[in-house]
Amino acid sequence: MDVVLLSRLQFAVASLFHFLFVPLTLGLSVLTAIMETRYVQTGDEDYKRMAKFWGKLFLINFALGVVTGITLEFQFGTNWSSYSKYVGDIFGSLLAIEATLAFYLESTFIGVWLFTWNKVSPRVHAMFIWLVALASNISALWILIANGWMQHPVGYVLRNGRAELADFVAVITNKFAIYEFLHTVSGAYILAGFFVMGVSAYHLLRRNEVTFFTKSFRIGVTFALIFALFEVFNGHLHGAEVAETQPAKLAAMESHWETRNGAPMYLFVVPDPENERNSVEILPIPGMLSLLAHHSPSAEVKGLKEFPKDERPPVTMTFLSFRIMVALGFLFALLTFWAWLKRNTIVEHPGLLRLLLFSIPLPYLAIEAGWIVAEVGRQPWLVYGLMKTSQGVSTLAPSQVMISLAAFVFFYSALGLIDFYLLAKYARKGPVAH
Amino acid sequence: MLETIWFILWGVLWAVYFMLDGFDLGLGTLLPFIAKDDRDRRVIYNAMGPFWDGNEVWLITAGGATFAAFPVAYAVMFNSLYSALLLLLFALIVRGVSFEFRNKVDSPGWRTLWDFCLFIGSFLPALLLGVAFANIFEGLPIDGNGNFQGGFFTLLNPYGIAGGVLFVVAFVIHGANWLAAKSEGEIHERAASVAKKMWPVFLVVTVLFLAYTYVATDLFDNYFKYPYLWMIPLLAVAGMLISRGSMGSGNWWRAWMGSSLAILGITFFGVAGLYPRLLPSSIDPAFSVTAFNGSSSQLTLKIMLGVALIMVPIVIAYQTWVYIFLRGKITDEELEYEEAY
Ligand code: HDD
Ligand code: HEM
Ligand code: HEM
Repeated sequence: MDVVLLSRLQFAVASLFHFLFVPLTLGLSVLTAIMETRYVQTGDEDYKRMAKFWGKLFLINFALGVVTGITLEFQFGTNWSSYSKYVGDIFGSLLAIEATLAFYLESTFIGVWLFTWNKVSPRVHAMFIWLVALASNISALWILIANGWMQHPVGYVLRNGRAELADFVAVITNKFAIYEFLHTVSGAYILAGFFVMGVSAYHLLRRNEVTFFTKSFRIGVTFALIFALFEVFNGHLHGAEVAETQPAKLAAMESHWETRNGAPMYLFVVPDPENERNSVEILPIPGMLSLLAHHSPSAEVKGLKEFPKDERPPVTMTFLSFRIMVALGFLFALLTFWAWLKRNTIVEHPGLLRLLLFSIPLPYLAIEAGWIVAEVGRQPWLVYGLMKTSQGVSTLAPSQVMISLAAFVFFYSALGLIDFYLLAKYARKGPVAH
Repeated sequence: MLETIWFILWGVLWAVYFMLDGFDLGLGTLLPFIAKDDRDRRVIYNAMGPFWDGNEVWLITAGGATFAAFPVAYAVMFNSLYSALLLLLFALIVRGVSFEFRNKVDSPGWRTLWDFCLFIGSFLPALLLGVAFANIFEGLPIDGNGNFQGGFFTLLNPYGIAGGVLFVVAFVIHGANWLAAKSEGEIHERAASVAKKMWPVFLVVTVLFLAYTYVATDLFDNYFKYPYLWMIPLLAVAGMLISRGSMGSGNWWRAWMGSSLAILGITFFGVAGLYPRLLPSSIDPAFSVTAFNGSSSQLTLKIMLGVALIMVPIVIAYQTWVYIFLRGKITDEELEYEEAY
């Protein structure tokens, strides 16, 4: 295997693994902050126990988010040094801003929050967790502006053999990045909502701490419902933006081969990239693809054949991941709406509770699938239209990357298993008694 | 001009990182030698508990600022040091999770495992950072295309190893000062005696390293050209003396500030000697990456300077507040606290 492929695999392993922990951090920090705020407002001790219980799970998860982030930050230099030289002027500054604006705030105040339950007033203590929640969401904003720039570069000039900053405001108001931010963060909130619902369901099924977990459940389901509805809506806008800026990716997402007006959307498709067609296409909704992508049922949608073969992304993987994400997106909207209707009497619906317990992994699946659509669908480009992935790589011996990749897989699997074990252990244990 | 300002800021970020995470790394390295029972170990974990993560962010920012202000240096440095850097990152991963994992399963074997991880995850970074920086001081074999003509073992030359030893010794004494300031009773006594015993070692190693630097590198050229730069190594010496003096009078916070100053001074001694080079090439000085041939555009440097001038003082302000607010000693009461490590 060559260095490009190995480095891609390593980046995929490292980033997908980081993103197993990131969304729960983003969402559960906000939920914990909401619970602690309820405590400040009502003085109800249950809310304090809630903030402590969910906060503990938050911390177990947080630890792995932090340590796996650092390797990502340095991998641009270690494995993608040509890329780093080419885009550092823009991309590097976005990463540095993220660290100064968000990471300090986040990591400093998480320690303060943890160690000062008895040292400051409840109001000040609640402010600490809000600072953590704010900081982690600011970090998401800046890293997604960076990623959005790779997806749709704006505000640059090509000078001195690299992309140099020409318009900072254009970079940070990049529409693509804003959609990415809204979509990713809402996805993270859905995930955290499902996590709270699922863990609560586990205890409610055993009739353990019924008031405590019903209250938790109600906060979780309301949160998840709002963002599940918003996600389908902003996902659609995001898709339309992709159609504008990355037509090849859109065609791969739908496995759409021929350019045509009034393109239908097929509910069931089996792609056949070998022969540049789909071997099965059934249940068409006429004009739907044109409508979704370009807001008009008769608009032209470019097909994959429009692009030279070496500028098409891997079709099957992009297509399948997109289908999985969208199907789950609709499922989440329905499921959270149903659960929300029953939120006050949820303990009497064991069937639904069991369903929600087993749904905990689904938002994880949706989120990872989403990243595969975004990143694999961008291939063969590293910076869309400017730099191919194969040009971005470092000068390394394949053996070096092979060893580090093996180390990543080994280390990360071990740590991931331990972390999930601890998360499950403390989730099952439930809150400490009064 | 902007390049020079960023070169200084670049040095400041690394120096502050070594000063802050230095005591965590040193204390983790000391753990197996200074802790006699589980209570001692918990004192050590809790002494670093609320701080280590915020300290580590200085490393992320130092890396991020290198990327933003000097993309070529970032690319060449991290590409060249590939294996050493990944080893460092894995070590830091293992250290970071030790804090969270150790107290989560009630079994001695489990705790011993994470204590070992904390030790390795602290000792290796201290050593590797020293080796890496000493190698930068003496120059890396970088060719005209910015490619590294060596391997992992190229870095393990005598001067590189001397740098590693210096960092380990400096961090250990810095960690012992911190523990002495944060603890009481027997563990405090032990930390105090380690700090005092290590001090002459620190002095000897520093002097030897400076002498070796004179032989192995051209860092002193800048000092002969701009004599006022001698202030910097003098600051390091002052830090060491303050540290020793305060140990004698039992003022452990001042001793810790003294070792902080010493670490700042030592790092800056190297950075000032490097100027304007970020990565000297040992093959041909013309291949060196400097603040001028490796920097970002003027616009980026300007915007980043604005961000740094606003944000870094804010960060320093709230981190200082946290250090002052949580300066108390780790007592039994503190250890019984539900959220303690
Ligand atoms: C949408 C959100 C998001 C995305 C796409 C990424 N991250 Fe991340 N990252 C976070 C959201 C986040 C976070 C939620 O803010 C974390 C998780 C746990 C934490 O401490 O902060 C974090 C932690 C984290 C840390 C540790 C910070 C600390 O020590 O406190 C670093 C260095 C990075 N990330 C770097 C990256 C890089 C280089 C990425 C891209 C390749 C990346 N992250 C993708
Ligand atoms: C945490 C969220 C992210 C996930 C889950 C993710 C996922 C992936 C995946 C799966 C790949 C492999 C694609 C392939 O091999 O075909 C990849 C590649 C890559 N991504 Fe991302 N990505 C994330 C964020 C980012 C961000 C924020 C950036 C830049 C700021 C980025 C930059 C890259 C680069 C440089 C590569 C390597 C080149 C390539 O193979 O495409 N990624 N990412
Ligand atoms: C029907 C609903 C949905 C639609 C129409 C939709 C649409 C999209 C589109 C078009 C992309 C690709 C953007 C790109 O190429 O950069 C994307 C990416 C992504 N999706 Fe979805 N999505 C939906 C549901 C979900 C759900 C439920 C989740 C998670 C819970 C999710 C998580 C993600 C993530 C993490 C990404 C990658 C980041 C990004 O590009 O925003 N999506 N989605």
